[in-house]
Amino acid sequence: MTAGDPLLRVRGLTKHFRVRGGLVRAVDGLDFEVRAGETLGLVGESGCGKTTTGRLLVRLLEPTGGRIEFAGQDITHAGRRALRPLRSQLQIIFQDPYASLNPRHTVGRIIAMPLQVNGITPPGGTRARVRELMELVGLNPEHYDRYPHEFSGGQRQRVGIARALAPGPRLVVADEPVSALDVSIQAQVVNLLRRLQRELGLAFVLIAHDLAVVRHFCQRVAVMYLGRIVEIGDRDDIYRRPQHPYTRALLAAVPDVTRLGSAGRIRLAGDLPTPLDPPSGCRFRTRCPNARQRCAEQEPALLRRDGGNQATACHFPQSGPLGVERGGVPA
Amino acid sequence: MLRFLVRRILSAVLTLFAVSVLTFLMFFALPRDPVSGMCPKNCNPERLERVRQELGLRDPLVSQYAGYLKGIVTGRDLGGAQGGRCDAPCLGWSYVNNEAVTDTLARVLPVTLSIVIPAAILWLLLGVGLGMVSALRPGSWWDRAAIGFSLTGASLQLYFVGAVLLLVFVYTLRWLPVPGYTPLSADPLRWASGLVLAWCSLAFLFSAIYARLFRAQMLETLSEDFVRTARAKGLGRTRVYGRHALRAAITPVVTVAGLDVGAALGGTVITETTFGIQGLGRTAVDAVRAGDLPTIMATVLVAAVFVVLANLLVDLLYAVIDPRVRLG
Amino acid sequence: MSLSPVDGAAPAEIGASGSAGGAGPVVGRSPGQLTWMRLRRDRTAQVSGAMLVLFVLVALAAPLIELAYGIGPRDQFQGKLDGAGMPLGYAGGVSGEHFFGLEPGLGRDIFIRLVYGLRTSLFIAGTAAVLTAAIGVVLGALAGYLGGWLDAVVNWLTDLTLAMPFLVIALALTPTLTLRFYGQRDAVPPAFGVGVLIAIFAGFGWTSTARLVRGQVIALREREFVAAARASGAGLGHMLFRQLLPNIWAPILVSFSLAVPQFVTGEAALSFIGVGLTEDTPSFGRMIYQSLDYLQTDPAFVFFPGATIFALVFAFNLFGDALRDALDPKSSR
Repeated sequence: MTAGDPLLRVRGLTKHFRVRGGLVRAVDGLDFEVRAGETLGLVGESGCGKTTTGRLLVRLLEPTGGRIEFAGQDITHAGRRALRPLRSQLQIIFQDPYASLNPRHTVGRIIAMPLQVNGITPPGGTRARVRELMELVGLNPEHYDRYPHEFSGGQRQRVGIARALAPGPRLVVADEPVSALDVSIQAQVVNLLRRLQRELGLAFVLIAHDLAVVRHFCQRVAVMYLGRIVEIGDRDDIYRRPQHPYTRALLAAVPDVTRLGSAGRIRLAGDLPTPLDPPSGCRFRTRCPNARQRCAEQEPALLRRDGGNQATACHFPQSGPLGVERGGVPA
Repeated sequence: MLRFLVRRILSAVLTLFAVSVLTFLMFFALPRDPVSGMCPKNCNPERLERVRQELGLRDPLVSQYAGYLKGIVTGRDLGGAQGGRCDAPCLGWSYVNNEAVTDTLARVLPVTLSIVIPAAILWLLLGVGLGMVSALRPGSWWDRAAIGFSLTGASLQLYFVGAVLLLVFVYTLRWLPVPGYTPLSADPLRWASGLVLAWCSLAFLFSAIYARLFRAQMLETLSEDFVRTARAKGLGRTRVYGRHALRAAITPVVTVAGLDVGAALGGTVITETTFGIQGLGRTAVDAVRAGDLPTIMATVLVAAVFVVLANLLVDLLYAVIDPRVRLG
Repeated sequence: MSLSPVDGAAPAEIGASGSAGGAGPVVGRSPGQLTWMRLRRDRTAQVSGAMLVLFVLVALAAPLIELAYGIGPRDQFQGKLDGAGMPLGYAGGVSGEHFFGLEPGLGRDIFIRLVYGLRTSLFIAGTAAVLTAAIGVVLGALAGYLGGWLDAVVNWLTDLTLAMPFLVIALALTPTLTLRFYGQRDAVPPAFGVGVLIAIFAGFGWTSTARLVRGQVIALREREFVAAARASGAGLGHMLFRQLLPNIWAPILVSFSLAVPQFVTGEAALSFIGVGLTEDTPSFGRMIYQSLDYLQTDPAFVFFPGATIFALVFAFNLFGDALRDALDPKSSR
């Protein structure tokens, strides 16, 4: 892993969708970076904008504002032609292994698609490369000519992974790669991704709502809430010393046999507010256990405290390990 | 809902406008002298020239079209040979029929309505009924008979069915008079007996299509979760089929029926020709043969109005049957 | 917060064991092969398919049949008609020499005229159906995939075409087009009439295919495999023809198989109201149209063309239905 310039740099990224009755601010000003070979986890409840973010990164969607730089190039509004040389370096793995494979194509053809589309002929030929990839992701290369409907969900997801790896990417965006799979299969696929990441030195943006998967896989974690990053930092900091009440609530919601009982559990009250009309000030304040006047008036910036790598967007960040909550709700 | 309605109506008006422009162009811009067909062969050159003047054929095409549109909206004055003042929806004067086109339409429209409306009722009842019967017991003897009937009907030609019916019931058995139109108000019995063959042949062919469509829809609906839920709740067969499934399966039938009825109202050309009944369709065909331009324009426009109206109606009905549409 | 009990299992093992469908000596079958298998097992499909093949063969081999039969479509047998122009003998003059009897009036052989009529009708309907499918697929797919103004235009054109009374427009357009190209006096070659008919059918017919394809493409557009191809930088051509169309050829095929009989009957209907082909081109529609005058005096003349066209359309409809069943996505999953 080389230091230096980040592979992916995102500044103020926004995506608004125009719908009947207003503007959905799905993604509303994201800043983060991913270095070569690094894995960043993007977590949050469904509807927080993480999938939109993933699709913006690979430019399946046109950003409304902000800037995306990949390998030093501004790709925010790059057209198909301008993106062409970068497409092979930037790939995506989708959530639904049933919808993400063309049912009328053989597995071999599916995996070869990024090569074919970009006019890449690997040394030794496409077929040999595809068989190699199939072996790499744990598929039987003999199944080259089979159709997706002949495979299980886990195997299909391996096909999707092989397709993403085919052109030799440097960064892979994985959008909930295991959440559609059976729990028993999830671990295998996550382990496969981890192995590939290590062996190939890939950078990953892993989008997930499952905190366990992210903890297992990612070096850095960003927590999203209503289109914003509320906390970002190294994995151990986020999991051991979460500062944002939302992060704390998310972590506390994960069942853990070592902490039986409801001591210290924070419940999130109410539903996610509509992104059509997000709350003023801090977006989390409507569900925050220690919201105060200031939270409604002023939007907290994503700030680093105590000089570490961890940044939190909260006026009243908390400290200390999880389970020891600072009560102090003011009257 | 209101916005949806306004948008649909605007697009309907736009479509009608385009139909009229296209028809107009088709007959005026293409190199056939529209006048030569307008009076019998013994026309002398001076008379033809006068007709040209009166029709404004020496004017540029755009102003001719504008005059035509103006006639529809506000009425206009035509020349003396064309019966003078022509009132608001003025569709022009037909030299062939020697009457205002509106009068021709007023004469033939009731004929087509008398053919289509009873026939449509008949074919819907028959089609949905047959489809229902075969969907209730798929694979049974009933089902096979219904499928056979509908495939036969869908493959037959109206003029062929009509010819056979004529041969059997009119010429051989002499149970029915030679088909023709008598106004309903004048003599309901003769009205019906003159048109019943047309109704039956239309109904036979169309009900076949509906039976197939409805059967497929019904079978699909019956396999859906909400129907199983209704059955599991302990609702009776009749109730489930009648209330839940029918409602869901009838929607596509409504769409197709709307379009078919709309198209049929624009002139059942083949039916009218087969049975020798002078309705809108036959009038249009005769007008084309005679090169009777104002009548052609009028019949095409009326046909288009029916289709567009039917489309609109179907959309509105959808909104009633399926509330989701209203949001969209 | 451990991940799961099977943490650390070697992925390659699981993949190689092929837990689901892929195990055993079963050979991979494409969706197309599955359809073909189902079609071959369906008796209705077999019978109607065989009928269609027979019809096509007869149409193709018309000159050979003429040779073997010994009678041409324009040969007249006035000697076998009575004084009123009616064919002598039973059932319109059916005999070992004239399988389906003779036309009243001109005394031409009905059988050989039907053979050539089949040739004309199938050629017109087939060509029109191919054109219709091509135009409809391209415009529908573009409209569905790109959306925006193109979609609006295609949609509106569809509405417009639906609103035009087909028979009346065709009736009006045919002579006008003929005049435009050949003037009042020139002899119009029969091929031109055929061409005009095909053009009219294609011009009016493409909208239903376009509508169908558009709907299907819109349903597929948001699927992730489409996004995957886009994320890899696939161009419009690859998206439409490699990714999308292979998934919708089933409904296209069904609509094609149902369009052919529609055009066969359309040609007949147009001839029936007096447009379409010239007298020397034998066609189903013209024969039926002429035969109706003899309904009372020579029913056999009505029967043979009517029955032939019924058999042809019936076979197409049966086969289209069987094809639809065989392609049914529900049973293929």
